[in-house]
Amino acid sequence: MPLHINGAGHPEFMTLPWSLPLEQWPTDQIAALPRGISRHVVRFVKLADKVVAIKETNATIAEREFVMLRELQRLGAPGVVPLAVVSGRTNALGEPLEAALITEHLQFSLPYRSLFSQALREETTTRFVDALAVLLVRLHLLGFYWGDVSLSNALFRRDAAEFTAYLVDAETGDLHAALSEGQRSYDTEIARMNIIGELMDLEAQGHLEDTVDPMAIADRLQERYDELWEALTQTATYTSNIPLRIANRVKELNELGFDVSEMDMRETDDGEALVMRAKVVDAGHHARRLMRLTGLDVQENQARRLLNDLDEYRMLVSHPSEDEGYSAHQWLMKVFEPTVRAVPREFRKKLEPAQVFHEVLDHRWFLAEAADHDVAMPVAVASYVKNVLPNRPDEQSVLGTPASELNAAEMTADLPALTAEVEARSQETPIFEGDNTGAWGGAIDDEDSAADADDAPSSAPTVTRQSTKREPPAHKVPGSERD
Amino acid sequence: MATVTYDGASRIYPGTERPAVDKLNIDIADGEFLVMVGPSGCGKSTSLRMLAGLEDIDDGAIWVGDRDVTHVQPKDRDIAMVFQSYALYPHMSVADNMGFALKIAKIDKSEIRSRVEDAAKILDLTEYLDRKPKALSGGQRQRVAMGRAIVRQPQVFLMDEPLSNLDAKLRVQTRTQIAALQRRLGTTTVYVTHDQTEALTMGDRIAVLKDGVLQQVGTPRDMYDTPKNVFVAGFIGSPAMNLGTYQVFDGQAQVGRAKVTLTRDAIAQLKADDKNHVVLGFRPESLDRAAPNAEGAIPIEVDIVEELGSDAFVYGSIPNEFGESKDLHFAAGDSQVVVRIDPRDVPAKGDTIWVTIRGGEQHVFSAATGDRLNAPTIHQDAIVK
Ligand SMILES: Nc1ncnc2c1ncn2[C@@H]1O[C@H](COP(=O)(O)OP(=O)(O)OP(=O)(O)O)[C@@H](O)[C@H]1O
Ligand SMILES: Nc1ncnc2c1ncn2[C@@H]1O[C@H](COP(=O)(O)OP(=O)(O)OP(=O)(O)O)[C@@H](O)[C@H]1O
Ligand SMILES: [Mg+2]
Ligand SMILES: [Mg+2]
Repeated sequence: MPLHINGAGHPEFMTLPWSLPLEQWPTDQIAALPRGISRHVVRFVKLADKVVAIKETNATIAEREFVMLRELQRLGAPGVVPLAVVSGRTNALGEPLEAALITEHLQFSLPYRSLFSQALREETTTRFVDALAVLLVRLHLLGFYWGDVSLSNALFRRDAAEFTAYLVDAETGDLHAALSEGQRSYDTEIARMNIIGELMDLEAQGHLEDTVDPMAIADRLQERYDELWEALTQTATYTSNIPLRIANRVKELNELGFDVSEMDMRETDDGEALVMRAKVVDAGHHARRLMRLTGLDVQENQARRLLNDLDEYRMLVSHPSEDEGYSAHQWLMKVFEPTVRAVPREFRKKLEPAQVFHEVLDHRWFLAEAADHDVAMPVAVASYVKNVLPNRPDEQSVLGTPASELNAAEMTADLPALTAEVEARSQETPIFEGDNTGAWGGAIDDEDSAADADDAPSSAPTVTRQSTKREPPAHKVPGSERD
Repeated sequence: MATVTYDGASRIYPGTERPAVDKLNIDIADGEFLVMVGPSGCGKSTSLRMLAGLEDIDDGAIWVGDRDVTHVQPKDRDIAMVFQSYALYPHMSVADNMGFALKIAKIDKSEIRSRVEDAAKILDLTEYLDRKPKALSGGQRQRVAMGRAIVRQPQVFLMDEPLSNLDAKLRVQTRTQIAALQRRLGTTTVYVTHDQTEALTMGDRIAVLKDGVLQQVGTPRDMYDTPKNVFVAGFIGSPAMNLGTYQVFDGQAQVGRAKVTLTRDAIAQLKADDKNHVVLGFRPESLDRAAPNAEGAIPIEVDIVEELGSDAFVYGSIPNEFGESKDLHFAAGDSQVVVRIDPRDVPAKGDTIWVTIRGGEQHVFSAATGDRLNAPTIHQDAIVK
């Protein structure tokens, strides 16, 4: 059987060295990014405009997983994007090689293992597990039975103060019209087992703090899952003040981050009460609202954070009676974009723009507390760029620096100078109006030329405006396994 | 260890009319290796998932031992799905990889150690217990994963096409290993496959399903010698049984130019609905070469001869100058007949050979219902391929 590439028509796929086992591909084509544990060989490969993940496996599995991932993508499930299946590979001697599944590398994603070059705190572990519980509920609502839920089979992205989990391994999964109780409970049972195994493995490696109890963490997954499932699928019976009760129920779901797109309402037989159940809920309530207002495409908790800031801006700076869309536009131009643009190029691989914004907000709050007065956003950014970003040990650029480790006194002493500097600069640098990409701009940089020497930290980044899609540069996660 | 009973168990998927599994009744003995087999979509995976608790049971019940588990959650059924996921943890020893699930179940250390050691003995892993998985071969790693299921000492093992992703050679090897392992452990096992060869070689008994309906349960020998209907006859055995619909005159089936005398019990069972037709089946290995025009001999025109060293097969057709028989073939391809012949006496393409069906190796089915008409035959020397 000749080489056969089925899927996205990407010309570069044809030029990859398919006649070599993936393990032997030349390192200059490989992107050294962190990975979870897996049975198959998985490597990341650099193409001109993106990084892809390639997994070697047999043709049937690859094909099945490809179809499954595509279906999940269609349903809007958070997961890696499948690009193609490569089959009919042979080596130079004409002997068959395994098939390959190509997926898009999920940018800024963190396999949980990459974060453990130092002991893992309980708090971080629980955030991972909480994110996994949300992912599992979302997948189950869509009728997806995973069959192999684990920390390794999910990817995590920072999402404001939380993580958001994405599905990465759909090999054992199955789609159904709706899941049975048994399927859901078995999936969470598998998840518990796997999480315990994974955490015990970290323990054996000395990468888990003594206080972390793998079983308690696994139980937490079950609890979080049950809570969220119940909150989203419960049936409520109302006897009075029905319109208000319904509105409240919808708001409740919104606050959990879900929109209700189909509601099932029935009168009880005696006509005395109304039985109500949200039939179809879609995750991403805040992300959608932010997208509608600003065109920014960010994760749910980041969106919450940005919306809070936007709403505050509308109340305090713009005007509450101002058209929402108009204030959003003002906020984007005057607050969001200048903030993320103040981050010098060499630091842009560390975090997504929306995540930077979230951190700057945190930092601003921290400074205000320490200085005991309000700190302007541009000053907060400058301080963040000067004091937080550069000094961060590499892996903390991923995990976040606990505020307690920053030196408040020093930074507070800095503030007057920074304020003067910012004011002087704002006279010269024009505002980049109307850029709503929300992205750093530009194509993927080569992993190994992280900081361009001739790129002065304060120089303005190139900005692309074509789409509202986020297309940030490849993210180098420090402390990663190197190929 | 325990028996398993499907008691009229049905599954109707929401939005479908026909049950995916229709009133399934099977009694599986304690320690038995039961294989469910059938073509794609026959309901075998659904049946297995019903037992695992992953699929609701819409009607009937399922019992494990003397416990009705119909409404019991999967994790409380004391059943292990083997090969579901076999992640191995790189920094844990082989022993810990096998035993960690027991730790979760709060089983005490010495008990865990002894169960792990027992499992390791059975799996030939004793000397590796204190090593890390990295030091193991692929096959050994797979056995460690099996060990994880074994140490839990579940009442029942479930396996759904565990070999489907292996290449042909490894498949045959692993098949033998699983069967041997199951016999050593003596744990009741339900195994699903679409491959009848796998079913025949592994199962103590086989259950054949079609369209959600159980067709027959029996030992490999039963299925091979006495298929209960045309479907089972065509499904079990490789190459498949030759099947055709022929008209009956005076107790004889008109097969092409030949008249084949049918057993008396079969003739006695013929009903009006059969309109004097039967489905006659004979396995490729149930035929003897005969002289041209010998009594009861069927002429076969040779299309292809396949020589396999110890065996040879003729693929041919029955010349049909009378035109009164409408062929009804289930697996052997268009009006094709397969004959196993002596590899030392091989005809040429285009030759006509004559064969008779060996005594007691006829399979006669109703042309109307497909059900078997002749009584079970008893003989010793048919070869299960
Ligand atoms: N598209 C992707 N983006 C980022 N990381 C990826 C991607 N695909 C795979 N990975 C990384 O590679 C690892 C292994 O991938 P995957 O889980 O699909 O392999 P596997 O061999 O099927 O695993 P398992 O042993 O669980 O069956 C993941 O844990 C993840 O860290
Ligand atoms: N979740 C589902 N929802 C609706 N119909 C289903 C579902 N799963 C299976 N079916 C249908 O039920 C029938 C039996 O399916 P099942 O998967 O049990 O068959 P199978 O014998 O295991 O097939 P295969 O060998 O292809 O796995 C088929 O017609 C199938 O299309
Ligand atoms: Mg995986
Ligand atoms: Mg996998």
